[in-house]
Formats: sequence, C-alpha cells, structure tokens
Amino acid sequence: MTAIDTAGLKTMFDEIAVAIEADKDRLCQLDGVIGDADHGIAMALGFGAVRDVLAALDLSAIEPTALLNTAAKSFLNAVGASSGPLYATAFMRGAAAVKGKAALADADVVAMLQAMAQGIRDRGKAELGEKTMVDAWQPAAEAAATAHAAGRTLAESLDAAFAAAERGAEATKDMIAAKGRSSRLGERSLGHMDPGAASAVTVIGAMRKGLA
Amino acid sequence: MPVQTKKIINDGNRSVDEMLEGVLAAHPRHLKSAAGSPRSIIARDGPRAGKVGLVIGGGSGHEPTFLGFVGKGLADAAAIGNVFASPPPDPILECAKAVSGGAGVLFMYGNYAGDVMNFDMAAEMAAMDDIEVRTVLSTDDVASAPRDQRQKRRGVAGNFFIFKAAGAACDRMLSFDECERIARKANDHTFTMGVALSPCSLPQTRRPNFEIGPDEMEIGMGIHGEPGIARGKLKTADEITDEMLDKILAEMAPVRGDKVAVLVNSLGSTPLMELYIMNRRLRRRLDDIGVSVHATWVGNYCTSLEMAGASVTLMHLDGELQTMLDHPCDCAMFRAG
Repeated sequence: MTAIDTAGLKTMFDEIAVAIEADKDRLCQLDGVIGDADHGIAMALGFGAVRDVLAALDLSAIEPTALLNTAAKSFLNAVGASSGPLYATAFMRGAAAVKGKAALADADVVAMLQAMAQGIRDRGKAELGEKTMVDAWQPAAEAAATAHAAGRTLAESLDAAFAAAERGAEATKDMIAAKGRSSRLGERSLGHMDPGAASAVTVIGAMRKGLA
Repeated sequence: MPVQTKKIINDGNRSVDEMLEGVLAAHPRHLKSAAGSPRSIIARDGPRAGKVGLVIGGGSGHEPTFLGFVGKGLADAAAIGNVFASPPPDPILECAKAVSGGAGVLFMYGNYAGDVMNFDMAAEMAAMDDIEVRTVLSTDDVASAPRDQRQKRRGVAGNFFIFKAAGAACDRMLSFDECERIARKANDHTFTMGVALSPCSLPQTRRPNFEIGPDEMEIGMGIHGEPGIARGKLKTADEITDEMLDKILAEMAPVRGDKVAVLVNSLGSTPLMELYIMNRRLRRRLDDIGVSVHATWVGNYCTSLEMAGASVTLMHLDGELQTMLDHPCDCAMFRAG
C-alpha cells in the first residue's frame, strides 16, 4: 500500500485531462443527440485548465486538500455550464474528506470518491435513475467502498468502481431523463446514454489509471 | 472527416472573448467590463444608489441576448458564459457587486440546470458580501414542458419581454418586492414557440449540432438545438405560424379586447423577409379574434448562432406590463421610448 501524495493527485488529474481530451468528440456527439452538443468541449476545457494550473503549483508546499480545492476552482471558472458546479463541488467535497492528510491511504481515496459522488448528488439535486452522471458516480463510489471494506487493494477497489460506473452509464440508456437539459425530451431520451454518465466513466477510468 | 461549417472566426476557443472585445469597442457609451472580470459586462449608465440592480446572463451564442440588453432602463449587467454554457459564479458575483445600490439585486436568466447552479452559487457568495439576491427564472418556452409543469420550462426569446418589464420596474426605483413581483408576472404572461429548419454549429466544433432532413422542420426546438416536440415536413409560413400561435393561444387564453405585445424572432439566419411574412399571418389571426397588438418587434433578439428558424412570443398585457414595456431604455443593441 502506497500513500498518494500531491504528486500522485496531480498524476490523476493529468490522466483525466488526457482521457477526456481523447474522448471529447464522442461526448459532444452523445450530447448532440439529447442535449446541446457541448459536453465534451466543457469537460476538456475544464480538465485542461486544471492540468495547466496544477502544473504551475509547488506540489511540495501544499496538501491534498489545497490541491483538490485549486482543481475545483480552476474547473469551475473555466467551464461554468452544468459540469462546472457539479465537478467543482465534487472536488471541494473530496478536499474536505481528506482535510489534514499529507498523503492519502487507500481508505482516504475511497472516502474521497464517496464525498465526490455525494457532492454531485447534492449540487445537482439528482437521485439514481434520473439519467444523469449520478447514475455512474454513485454506484462507482459504492462499489469502491464495498470492495475496500472486503479487504481488496486500492487497484481492485478502483477496478470495481470503474466497472460499476460503466454499468451505470449503460443503464442510463433505459432511463427517461428527469434532470438537466434532456429532461424536456421525455421518452425521446430513451435509448441514448447520458453524456454526463459517459464522461463520468472516462473520469473514473482515468482516476483508476492515475491512482493505482 | 466531416466537412466543417464555415465561420468567420480566428480560434474557436477565443471566440467569446474576441466578441466581447469587439462589443466594448463598438459600444463604449453603453458598456464596460468590470475591473478584472472581462466576462462581467456592466451598463455605464444605470446602476445607482437605492435602485434594485438587475443582473442577467447565460451562455454566449444568443446575441443580442444577453449583453445587448444591458443599459439604462433595462439590465444593469450581464454575466457572459462560453457558447451555450452558463457563466461560472465569479463573473456573476462581480456583476452583482458592480450593480448593487443597496436595495437588492435581481438575478434573471433562462431556466437551465447549469445556469441555476452557477447563479445560485453566486447568490450564496453575494450574501456573504451583504448583497441580498433574489432570482426570477424565465420559463416562456411552451414546447418544453406541459402546462402544469410551467416551472420546468426553458427560458427562450421571451426573455426579451421579461427582462424589459423587470428592468423598467427597477429603473422606476420600485421596491425590491415590487420589482420581483413584476418580474414574475412578466414571466407568467409571456409565451414562446419556436421552429427550427437547420442546425447551428459551435465555434469549437464547427459541426452541425443536430441533423435534420433537407425538407424537414422541428417545432419546439430549443435555442441550443435541444430536440423539440414534433418533426415534420416543412410547411408554409401561414401553416407554421398557425401551429405555433395555436399552442400559445391555448395557454394564454386571451379574450376579445385583450392586448398583447408580439416578438417575431430569428434564430440566427432566417431573414427579416420570412419573419415579416409570419408577422402578417400573426396579425390577421389576432385581428380575427379581437386581440389588439400594442407593439411588435421583429428581428434578431434571441438567436442560436446561425440556426435557421424563428420563434413567436406573445406577452399578454395589462396596464402595468404595458407601462413597463413602454418605459424608455437605452442599451447597446436596443432602444425604446
């Protein structure tokens, strides 16, 4: 078990930026079907800004909480939109969950994931089954917590989170949107994956790669 | 590689900031940006002590909404987001600070999840600076939710009437309560229906953001290309106008002798000729049912980049709303009175 310090968290954000940039066009296309086609742009802009701001930080001088709060603010100010407040709240809650730690043990990473998922739920006032990113984030956080409680390694716990996020995103195809822009579509949203859930899978996959 | 749409731009990621530079260069008498916050556009003449401040805002790509309606008698400031994306809380907060005259600040914007989250965060931050903020969302898009769920509807071109009425109330130095009441009433009395004929494309992607057949139209499409309520073959101007007006009248339920204000709005590339053809039909239909038109505006008021299509907005007037619409205003891209 290796503790994750600020350099490790920066690696995580670098991985997210790379993965989202590579996924940008697919996310825009998913959003074009049931929304306004800009989700990939917003996500790439946000994580690109986070990468640039973190690159300029002296990582040895700050704790994980400060890094996560910096990431939150950079993401929010670059993006606005819906994803801005949702991910900014996620990272701020993650920051609060690991307050005072110089480095994150496995349990801290799992607590951070759970706080992130709860932050997204709270900010978006969304519940499971409403065809939003909550449908990927909440099962992912729960799967990580369950695996960790069962004594699995961090890598295994994050594998479980990623698999749960993928299943959750897939399940949004059978949901009628109840929150966000696509909620005006009613049944016409059926059959399409929610772009916010799709990008959550990409983010969680990159977190797994960067952290474990 | 699909063919990209043609645009006169330099860098898709810089389009909003470059537009703002051009706007400030063109309208120095009306507009400035807040110090250190280029996405906060403030009226040079408007904000003053004792007056309720009016902050509007939202994504770019709808010009002249929002920044064109900043000026004396209308909005005091607009917070500007990326294309089709809500501004983040910081520029909204800077707008609130710049226009606060100690009598409260109204936030008014279209009802979209992203805008609500960012403006609510800004309102929480303003409260920490002792600025009281109240929020009135516009929900005029009849196509976007059933009548019994009006609070879920989107705000679209009717923003123009709703902001105009609220801005007049603020400019007349009415109390915070009165300004808020009139803003809510203006929204309740405003109904919009749109039709889209061809897609728009974001500067960053330059790809059409939805697909529609060469002979098709979509009734009820949103101003970001969100799918509407029905797609069908393109019809004549009179048939399209009737279809939209019928939906509006069914909700507004005017009686003979009532007055309305009319806005026939281009979504971007539909020309004035076609808007006036629609307005001809609108006027005949309204004349037939004995509803008089107090004022008509025709043109680009709330666009969706280069989308082809149009929207029709009716505001059901009473004496108070009529007074507010007639109140003079002097903005960069709109004047009245």
